[in-house]
Amino acid sequence: MQNKSIAQLAADLRLRTYSSVELTKHYLERIARLDPGLNSFITVAEESALAAAARADQALKAGDAGPLTGIPIAHKDIFCTQGVKTTCGSRMLENFVAPYDATVVEKLAAAGAVVLGKTNMDEFAMGSSNETSYYGAVKNPWNPDLVPGGSSGGSAAAVAARLCAAATGTDTGGSIRQPAALCGITGIKPTYGRCSRWGMIAFASSLDQAGVMARSAADAAFVLDEMAGFDRRDSTSADVPVPDYVDALDNDLKGLRIGLPKEYFGEGLDAGVARSIQAAIDEYRRLGAEIVEISLPNSPLSVPVYYVVAPAECSSNLARFDGVRYGHRCAEPKDLEDLYKRSRAEGFGPEVRRRIMIGTYVLSAGYYDAYYLKAQKIRQLIADDFKRAFEQVDVIMGPTAPATAFPLGAKMDDPVSMYLNDIYTIATNLAGLPGISVPVAPVDGLPVGLQIIGNYFEEARLLNVAHMLQHVTHWHQAAPVGFE
Amino acid sequence: MSLDSSDVEKIAHLARLAIAPEQTERYAADLSNILDLVAQMDAVDTTDVEPMAHPLHMAQRLRADAPSEPNQRERFQANAPLAEAGLYLVPKVIE
Repeated sequence: MQNKSIAQLAADLRLRTYSSVELTKHYLERIARLDPGLNSFITVAEESALAAAARADQALKAGDAGPLTGIPIAHKDIFCTQGVKTTCGSRMLENFVAPYDATVVEKLAAAGAVVLGKTNMDEFAMGSSNETSYYGAVKNPWNPDLVPGGSSGGSAAAVAARLCAAATGTDTGGSIRQPAALCGITGIKPTYGRCSRWGMIAFASSLDQAGVMARSAADAAFVLDEMAGFDRRDSTSADVPVPDYVDALDNDLKGLRIGLPKEYFGEGLDAGVARSIQAAIDEYRRLGAEIVEISLPNSPLSVPVYYVVAPAECSSNLARFDGVRYGHRCAEPKDLEDLYKRSRAEGFGPEVRRRIMIGTYVLSAGYYDAYYLKAQKIRQLIADDFKRAFEQVDVIMGPTAPATAFPLGAKMDDPVSMYLNDIYTIATNLAGLPGISVPVAPVDGLPVGLQIIGNYFEEARLLNVAHMLQHVTHWHQAAPVGFE
Repeated sequence: MSLDSSDVEKIAHLARLAIAPEQTERYAADLSNILDLVAQMDAVDTTDVEPMAHPLHMAQRLRADAPSEPNQRERFQANAPLAEAGLYLVPKVIE
């Protein structure tokens, strides 16, 4: 059952080949048996999952089923879930039970999805290896000595290991696409504002976006159809109609213009990864696409710009964790300042503290123009590069990450080398554009991701372009040994 | 850009983060490395470039100044480390 597509599962559930309770128990059994070696879940919500599955079976029986009715999924532990702990990978929220559901959680529940639990993640989504989680690192199902990527590493590992049919993720600088690439799954970061951020714990508010991690573009389309849309409770939510993503999957790619930015194929890109990307581009050529070399001249600046914008916004967002209203509080504070300082120092891990300090510094009196304002100006130049490119091409392609998964611990002592993992993904967040990572030919048995970037609100095209590749290739069907 | 231990102490205070004295040097080194990365921005001429505050250049939506959420004080305070009679408790602030 764990290898079936969401469309197949939905069809089987409708024919009563098995019930949602049986399907949910199947996944819960896999989690109990296989997750101790991966640590991809922080919380398994067995009781509420089985209750939701029983309700789904009732709806199926009554002929009242939605597109995802009875399909078991998982949520990244950054989405607030009423009645189930939401930790955000942090000690700060170790005992936090949200009093409400995030909009994304609410929408997927309304579509009938069953939530198996909450997946592990880098603390407050700050990291590219899932090693900054207070709840321990996640292992890559393809090789337990390697990282799964991050920050949505738990969701990526759980989907790759077939511990859920699909999972939610969030992407601020590559946190859906990079772990999708490293774990061999399909991950889509929609346009900024496409999915509601309400109830999604904020990291960098001008960049954060929710998306889907699944085994195929078609599966992702089914989930995104239910997740996307305007929400008045999120002041940056885009009031733009949502097309039917499933309907567009099979569109012909003849005449599609694909741009290859020369900056994404230069120094720093692993030679094996480059060959895999080229092989995928060749498939597109056979599908009738036209390949155009383009340039995104300011893209090398995306990492420096990001490490001003994201920490600045994080220092401001995380000011809410004060040890007073919710979250960790230190023992025996001697005064209010001591309470703030020690609660925050104890509740946040090293990477979160570092980013809060960088953000505090760049926003402090006298430095704002040199850092934040300068970064916002270059951010505009980066967005202008894409604007010019999309006058020439329909989509942009390149690698998602510069190399395959790296060993646990390899980059933890050098924050800057960790940051460079996101060198190809960050520019999309800065511009607010949608991007998807799709598995292509592996290198030395390890997954490689092809990144496809689209123009604003062109998620349907991205899923279509990804789906057509998956129609003619089998890379996305490979399962890690022991998890087939 | 290079920060020293006293800069780190000042930033940590602004961020309300307690830092052990033996950690300040490590922080100074890590933060300086990040600022070196960021310094690549200096080479770009941004004269006449408008700063980008929102990826879609959307204006802030406004709504009528009317309550949109019901009062759920007890539910929200259930997550507080220390609350009593509807109040959040903190160490004494006013003598």
